[in-house]
Amino acid sequence: MRLAYLLKRLGLLLLVLWTAATLNFLVPKLAPRNPILERLMEQQMTGGYLEAGLREMVEAYEKEFGLDQPVWKQYLRYMANMTRLDLGYSIAFYPKTVMQLLGEAVPWTIGLLSVSTLIAFTLGTLLGAMIGWPKSPKTLQYMIAPLMTFSAVPYYLFSLVLIYLLAFRGKILPLGGGYTIGAIPSRSLSFALDIIRHSILPALSIVLAGVGSWALGMRGMMVTVQGEDYMTLAEAKGLKGRRIFFRYAMRNALLPQVTSLALSLGHLVSGSVLVETVFGYPGVGSLLHKSIRYFDYFTIYGVVFMVILGISAATLIMDLVYPLLDPRITYERG
Amino acid sequence: MIRIAGFFRYLKRNPRLAVGLSFVLILVLFSGLGSLLVPGERAYPLATTPNQRPSLQYPFGTDSQGRDLLAAVIKGTYLTSRIGFTAGAIGLGIGIMLGFLSAYYGGLLDTIIRWVVDVLLTVPGLLVLVVIASTIRKGMNVNSMALVVSILAWMWPTRTIRSQVLTLRERAFVRVAKLSGMSDLEIIFKELMPNLLPFLGAGFVGSVTSGIFASLGLEALGLGPMREPTLGMTIYWVMYYGAFIRGMWWWILAPILVIVILFVALFLVSSGLDELANPRVRRAV
Amino acid sequence: MNGELLQVKDLRVYYHTEAGPVKAVDGVSLSLGRGARLGLVGESGCGKSTLAMTLLRLIKSPGRIESGQVLLEGLDLVQLPEDKMRQVRLGQISLIPQGAMNSLNPVMRVKDQIMDGMKDHSEKMSQAELETRVYEALDSVELERGVANMYPHELSGGMKQRVCVAIAISLRPKIIVADEPTSALDVVIQRQVMETIERLQSALGISMILIGHDMGLMAQSVERLAVMYAGRLVEVGRVEDIFSEPLHPYTLLLISTLPVLEAKGTFKGIPGITPSLLNAPANCLFHPRCPQAKDICAQEVPALIEARPARWVACHLDEVQR
Repeated sequence: MRLAYLLKRLGLLLLVLWTAATLNFLVPKLAPRNPILERLMEQQMTGGYLEAGLREMVEAYEKEFGLDQPVWKQYLRYMANMTRLDLGYSIAFYPKTVMQLLGEAVPWTIGLLSVSTLIAFTLGTLLGAMIGWPKSPKTLQYMIAPLMTFSAVPYYLFSLVLIYLLAFRGKILPLGGGYTIGAIPSRSLSFALDIIRHSILPALSIVLAGVGSWALGMRGMMVTVQGEDYMTLAEAKGLKGRRIFFRYAMRNALLPQVTSLALSLGHLVSGSVLVETVFGYPGVGSLLHKSIRYFDYFTIYGVVFMVILGISAATLIMDLVYPLLDPRITYERG
Repeated sequence: MIRIAGFFRYLKRNPRLAVGLSFVLILVLFSGLGSLLVPGERAYPLATTPNQRPSLQYPFGTDSQGRDLLAAVIKGTYLTSRIGFTAGAIGLGIGIMLGFLSAYYGGLLDTIIRWVVDVLLTVPGLLVLVVIASTIRKGMNVNSMALVVSILAWMWPTRTIRSQVLTLRERAFVRVAKLSGMSDLEIIFKELMPNLLPFLGAGFVGSVTSGIFASLGLEALGLGPMREPTLGMTIYWVMYYGAFIRGMWWWILAPILVIVILFVALFLVSSGLDELANPRVRRAV
Repeated sequence: MNGELLQVKDLRVYYHTEAGPVKAVDGVSLSLGRGARLGLVGESGCGKSTLAMTLLRLIKSPGRIESGQVLLEGLDLVQLPEDKMRQVRLGQISLIPQGAMNSLNPVMRVKDQIMDGMKDHSEKMSQAELETRVYEALDSVELERGVANMYPHELSGGMKQRVCVAIAISLRPKIIVADEPTSALDVVIQRQVMETIERLQSALGISMILIGHDMGLMAQSVERLAVMYAGRLVEVGRVEDIFSEPLHPYTLLLISTLPVLEAKGTFKGIPGITPSLLNAPANCLFHPRCPQAKDICAQEVPALIEARPARWVACHLDEVQR
């Protein structure tokens, strides 16, 4: 029973990935252009650096997506590569492969994203729960307006404001990057602190922007939960307010809240990608930004594919974890 | 006439909708009157001296390419809003079609549409758009930007409309209409539509918001219409020229201010429409 | 009426809505002795649930206790500070709720839900003692011990209701307020649950107020009956007396609508609809539907008077006013 459900979900995951990969393959085909040639022409025009080995790369490209090969053969080759996660070479950073670039960037993004999202979610949920609880101090209600404003605004606007206020004007925190330029990465405490210092502003942007919507969502859930019959009985049992708040109200309101977390992973990633570009934080976002700048199409597609993979996997995991939170849900449901 | 008076009376009871709509009105006036008072050419590069602080002549200062930022923001509000509304219209149009088809006819069609919508909602939309936009690149202008962001603007309205139609379909008045011999199409237009108006409104606002959100994202990454001063492009130039390192606060402030007002307005209107659609039920005696 | 366990004196509970005050409970007085069983019967919307909630002081805005007293052994619950009232709930007065389907917390195990009431009242017990009490409680409602570790959704409707009963008696309260405890159950389970409640109630000497709209159930379960209509009491007395000689026209209609096993043919309902409790006029609220209404009924509120020994009726009819 459990196995069948798991297989079904995995199957769905593979279907999504297959769709993404196929689209990644087809979309460039729709544009009647040769990105390699374009790149070469760009370089010639700007008189920029000339890469040795570019010729080999053009040939390799021709072989991969060669015009002489029938399309279906190209497609099969492409899909075979995809399953091995061979995403090809980066145009801008040849001879590095896309996977290498990703390997360098992903840990930064995961670190930043997971920590900030966790903080934003926890903070927002607690805040929202308190605001939605009738017995909390009334002053909390004044937070609703600013929270609403925060939730409406895109993440990276916060980044811009924060950079200006705290990094430029205030000079408290660094302007960008993952760590101080010129510092040699090492397993030392001072380096670790350096990294943390550089992560504060990006993390802060994500937290400030995200807290609002979590709080509002949780507040809505709390209001809904209070209309339930078990809340009436809880009060009739003369339970302490604290207990009712945590074990009865919050615990139940948390379930749909976690669901919306799982559903908004895509949105969270998009937002943090933009935040990274503003700060030049060496994660997936900056990688994407650079590859757009340098017309590095392979990297662009590779990054997008990997992100979709990551999110689908994360969603699957959350889906499997959910029954732990809600005893009513079992793996057997259809 | 009575309708209009009733409308204003309702606004008093729904402060969010009222404030949201007034913000929208302010922006419309800003952009509309602004385009009349400030010549549009000043929104483009080499119009004036670059890097000027705000002054009486240039209330929002100028940027590194010599744009008058006031003109740029005025034009940008209009352009970005146009992108948003196009996305909204297309999103709503597709949403209505798919939502109705899915809910009304059910079965396999419903399952497919529902599945597609659910999957697309979880995918990081911006990134998908990046893929699409980067192929268009050179040909990107305001209109193509509008079309691109519309690609992902239809999912949420489809979902909302579908669930509403499902609810309404089971209600008595639809059965009565069917029994009295109305054709399906007639039922859709005469009976279901009027009840759906608040949801259609909410769906529209949702699409507009997601369209503008997406356009800002794409533009900030450098995939926007390079020549036009949309709000997102202004931010792109802010980052490109390192405005914050050079202390050019006015350059940052202008578009951010407008964007915040815009989003807050959209949020409030959407929230207000939600309230209109689901008036809270009072506890029974 | 001194020495009574519970005395409700001229209680008024109004809901203050935008359209005006809705008088859900408008001047209700009654009393309850130790170990006694009182039934409170009436149509939906007559205010009986509001009355039940008021006894536990669970009325929320826009509802408010306007005036009156609820005396539990002389202590006025209306004036009690909230923290003391919290102790009274479950400890002195407990509730068996109407919809057991949703009255149990879906994410907590049964045993935790029985225990938390005990933990939050003055008793300090060890974990082992608490568990023993939980099993005792389950035994007393004839549920097997395995139920303790289950979640509510794993139980049937009848079992859930029994758990609610177990919770209600866990601290040996003085009064149980049972708000339509079996309405959501089918007839067979209804009978079983009522038997359980009655057995426990008499064994432990707890007084009970049974609220409902089913006259048949009342006839079987309670000693005294109070009939409520539109926020006011219209007839109060011993259940046998009321059934053998209903004095108020409403009571008469209620009894007559009971389906009888031998009777065939059409069933009758009571014509008309429940009056709105908003801006209720100062007259007999039943008179628009009353088959025996007189002129005076539209002008004066009939007072609740002792028309017969131990029988109070609020009506202008001659048989009552004698």
